[in-house]
Amino acid sequence: MTTAGDLIADGRLQSNVWTSTERALSGLAYGTAAGLVLALVAGLSRLGEGLIDGPVQIKRGIPSLALIPLLILWFGIGESMKVITIALGAFVPVYIHTHNGLRTIDSRYVELAETLGLSRPRFLLHIVLPGALPGFLLGMRFAVTAAWLALAVVEQVNATSGIGYMMGLARTYGQTDIIIVGLVVYGLLGLLSDGLVRLVERKVLSWRRTLAG
Amino acid sequence: MATHAGGLTVTAPEAGVAVRIEGLVRAFGGRKVLDGLDLSLRAGEFVAMLGRSGSGKSTVLRALAGVDHDAGGEGVLSAPDHVSVVFQDARLLPWKRVLANVALGLTGGDAEERARTALAEVGLAGREDAWPVELSGGEQQRVSLARSLVREPELLLADEPFGALDALTRTRMHALLARLYERYRPAVLLVTHDVDEAIALADRVVVLDGGRIAADLAVEVPSPRRPAGAEYAALRERLLARLGVDALTEREGDLPESRYAPHD
Repeated sequence: MTTAGDLIADGRLQSNVWTSTERALSGLAYGTAAGLVLALVAGLSRLGEGLIDGPVQIKRGIPSLALIPLLILWFGIGESMKVITIALGAFVPVYIHTHNGLRTIDSRYVELAETLGLSRPRFLLHIVLPGALPGFLLGMRFAVTAAWLALAVVEQVNATSGIGYMMGLARTYGQTDIIIVGLVVYGLLGLLSDGLVRLVERKVLSWRRTLAG
Repeated sequence: MATHAGGLTVTAPEAGVAVRIEGLVRAFGGRKVLDGLDLSLRAGEFVAMLGRSGSGKSTVLRALAGVDHDAGGEGVLSAPDHVSVVFQDARLLPWKRVLANVALGLTGGDAEERARTALAEVGLAGREDAWPVELSGGEQQRVSLARSLVREPELLLADEPFGALDALTRTRMHALLARLYERYRPAVLLVTHDVDEAIALADRVVVLDGGRIAADLAVEVPSPRRPAGAEYAALRERLLARLGVDALTEREGDLPESRYAPHD
């Protein structure tokens, strides 16, 4: 507790948390956008499915963290390598769950759309996208967790700021208390961000919540 | 109308005719469900189709609705441009509020107003902003009726629309459907396995058996069609016999309170 107080007092904790959060958020944003776009292309066209789904499944087989050596060689050890690693980790769950959501749209609704004579854009807007939304949000929850995990690893590998850097430094000087503060902060950030996604989920999927009461 | 699969010749119906089906053959994986079915409906005519389960009732409806993409076969089929379908499940989109469900696919600036009016007609004014999960089964089916009728169809296809409802709600829905039919006057093809429902609502009852129409009887029971009186009983017995249910045996047996026992 006192350690946390000291860290806050000299501003180190805030600046490190802020740097880490920024990294995680931008990685998450890129990863989510990529996962969403690819899932839509793969989920809505047979050509997209053929081109995209296979490579993504292969990518899924390779742990994102195992790609770090390659990413360091390609992008150096700067910010872009870190953000890309996080994005790669976040992208997979968003893709998998959104794609699954799109593929498992109830065929009864497809039939309904046919009998109502819905045009394709309307069909996508009113039936396919809302139907895939729960899947997308579930993917987001996994993606948030994946982003923090990737963040912790890239910050241990090489960084000059961030929570991981702070903890790495503490390890060198044998400051167990700082390491524990870092762990607690990671835990809080993870909890907080998952809570945020769930809040959005509750808001957007209120039609489902009514059943749960 | 949607494009049809499986070797059908689709034509527009002549004036005064809502449906004309000739020699309809529908097969699924080599098993013929419909085998040379002929059926016509005049414009504005209410026809009920009875049949045992598996007799192909829904297959006829799916062919008319143009959603039987997995079927093969042949035949000539005429149906109007504006066809609405009421499914056994209300099939409302759970993520849209009631009003949006009724207005789904409507175009024009007055779409919402028309949907509101249709909802009021089925007795659900004030429930526009409810989610479908908040409604009872009967209410959901009423929304589904509103969604079908707001399009002012020339042909309404109903596939056991009240089959999942309890008996009381079903009776109320019969009255509602009869009223809406008077108001909109579409041709109606109602698929059901309930003989009393068929007699209560339809001008004509056809029985489907062996992939063809096995019986085609006009309903000449005076209105209101209460399940009483000689004409009603006679027609009911003929229909039940056609469906392979011997009404007399059933009544004389010691089955307590059979579903088909007379109500009078």
